[in-house]
Amino acid sequence: MKMMRYLSFVMPLLGTVVASVPAGAAGSLEGAVSRQQTNTTAIMMFFVFVAATLGLTWWAARRTRSAQDFYTAGGGITGFQNGLAIAGDYMSAASFLGIVALVYSSGFDGLIYSVGVLVGWPIILFLIAEPLRNLGKYSFVDVLSCRLREGPIRTFAACSSLTVVAFYLIAQMVGAGQLIQLLFGLDYIVAVLLVGVLMILYVTFGGMLATTWVQIIKAILLLLGASFMAFSVLAQFGFNFNQLFAKAIEIKGSARIMMPGNLVKDPVQTVSLGVALMFGTAGLPHILMRFFTVADQKEARKSVFIATGFIGYFYILTFVIGFGAIILITGNDLYIVRDAAGQITGLRGGGNMAALHLAHAVGGDLFLGFISAVAFATILAVVSGLTLSGATTVSHDIYARLIRKGATDDVREMRVSRMATIGLGVVAVILGIAFETQNIAFMVGLAFAIAASANFPVLILSMFWRGLTTRGAVIGGAIGLATAVILTIIGPGIWVKVFGFPQPLFKWDAPALFSMPVAFVAIWLVSKLDAKSSEGEAAEVFEDQFVRAQVGIGASDAVSH
Amino acid sequence: MDRTLRRKIQQSGKFKQLTSERSRFGRGLSLVMVAVYYSFIFAVALFPQAVGAPLWDGAAVTVGFPLGVGVILIAFALTGIYVQRANGHYDRLTRDIIEEAKP
Repeated sequence: MKMMRYLSFVMPLLGTVVASVPAGAAGSLEGAVSRQQTNTTAIMMFFVFVAATLGLTWWAARRTRSAQDFYTAGGGITGFQNGLAIAGDYMSAASFLGIVALVYSSGFDGLIYSVGVLVGWPIILFLIAEPLRNLGKYSFVDVLSCRLREGPIRTFAACSSLTVVAFYLIAQMVGAGQLIQLLFGLDYIVAVLLVGVLMILYVTFGGMLATTWVQIIKAILLLLGASFMAFSVLAQFGFNFNQLFAKAIEIKGSARIMMPGNLVKDPVQTVSLGVALMFGTAGLPHILMRFFTVADQKEARKSVFIATGFIGYFYILTFVIGFGAIILITGNDLYIVRDAAGQITGLRGGGNMAALHLAHAVGGDLFLGFISAVAFATILAVVSGLTLSGATTVSHDIYARLIRKGATDDVREMRVSRMATIGLGVVAVILGIAFETQNIAFMVGLAFAIAASANFPVLILSMFWRGLTTRGAVIGGAIGLATAVILTIIGPGIWVKVFGFPQPLFKWDAPALFSMPVAFVAIWLVSKLDAKSSEGEAAEVFEDQFVRAQVGIGASDAVSH
Repeated sequence: MDRTLRRKIQQSGKFKQLTSERSRFGRGLSLVMVAVYYSFIFAVALFPQAVGAPLWDGAAVTVGFPLGVGVILIAFALTGIYVQRANGHYDRLTRDIIEEAKP
């Protein structure tokens, strides 16, 4: 029981950044989750943040009048702001605490994960960002339905998007509940409810404008906090990396932390995880949606450049912070737990506390409160973005385009999206509570795998391949989705850890290396077989779309063709 | 979109130049990124000893550290290179194409 709780805490936290962490890496994070003492400084700082963001939501609500305002903040976010918001989406509390914990326990391996998380961004810029901005209106599904038959392709894309959002959201909610319980000493259910209520308030009233600014504020706070920690650590060693690492090796008693560790044991897993991270990022609905908040392709490009810079900087900081934790908290009885014989058995509060203990070591109670509040704010911002993206799928893709066939007005569509937000929020809270003690480590990995195996292939082929047919996209995409789901179910994450079978039928936790090629081949094959029905008008439509994707003429009325 | 306008755009030399140059550049940079990342991953997976070797005699820093940070910096630099070229060259071409296509 204790072990289950520990796993369901550690794994989603790590999982949020790194899809799924090999069991070995997480296994070294010893120690169970324990409720901390109620942390007053942290709670006060958090209240300041909540008050400020609710004020912001009130401001945003008065500027959110049309459906376009609600979904995309009216397209009025600048490239720099959007870049910060994207970085905010990526620098979750989980990635901060999880990667620092990973560096603290395994050293160099943490850097390998960080690199994998970053490298998807240039690909998004080079292949997707500009045509996406030129073709879409509110969601990436708009892009698909430019040239493919709207009914089937929207149905498929809405299903796969909601699946991705659902898995991601559940993992975040469970991680949130446990993290808050840990940081603030609040009850798990209270924590999940608090996250649910605040996220519903932000999204329902403030739409994309509020969600974006919550994300920006949190990104700035997190970058400032992490910079302070990293520079405090580096300052102690005169900004000499070699001395920093030398001290860490001296304390750990071995140079193993400077070498590749667990990842070496299973190259297939490592590469497959890399595929999921690299291409899955380009298929996450809440990330793709961010590109419609800027005015044009120039700003879309700038967003990616800014985001890549901040995310890269942040991950280099987490690496330094992890080593700082090794040096400053190992051996300090304030932060570690010893057994009866005096042997160190782990960190107080569990492995994920490394970053927070270091915050206390360099900045005292006040700074610990600040970092805890930032971690909570981070969770709120990430779940808000996810919920908004899910609500857009329900109200725009399903209600306005599929059910009403476009015959609806802004007022009604926004009412549906607000109801969808509340509905999703309630479902997220219920599932968050239901999954509290479940092993959900597979969920974020699965979300990335589906994004890489269903959304990404369909999206990229619809933009660049003349031969794609509706049937090819729907059937091929569905095969990719099914492959990712089935391989995950029979893999170690569910087959062994959830169902309790002794051996997995599929050896690896990350299926994308297999499921993504399956999707591409299936889409190609079905489209080829289907080719005769795609002559004539469809080819003309592709040419229309291609020109619009390239030069951006008619970008704003992309849907009403 | 108006079909005659579209055909006019498609027939312009600048449109052909824009699409072929940009797709070649974008795919080229993507390949570079994929190659750099997977070289790093394969190096870590297949040659852990070499990656874990000290950078110089007696150093605590290992070869893998500058490699990993290097991949992050390369990713950032590549996006910078693309944005630089797109903001100047491609945007100029796009403006010209739209200007010329206007009736």
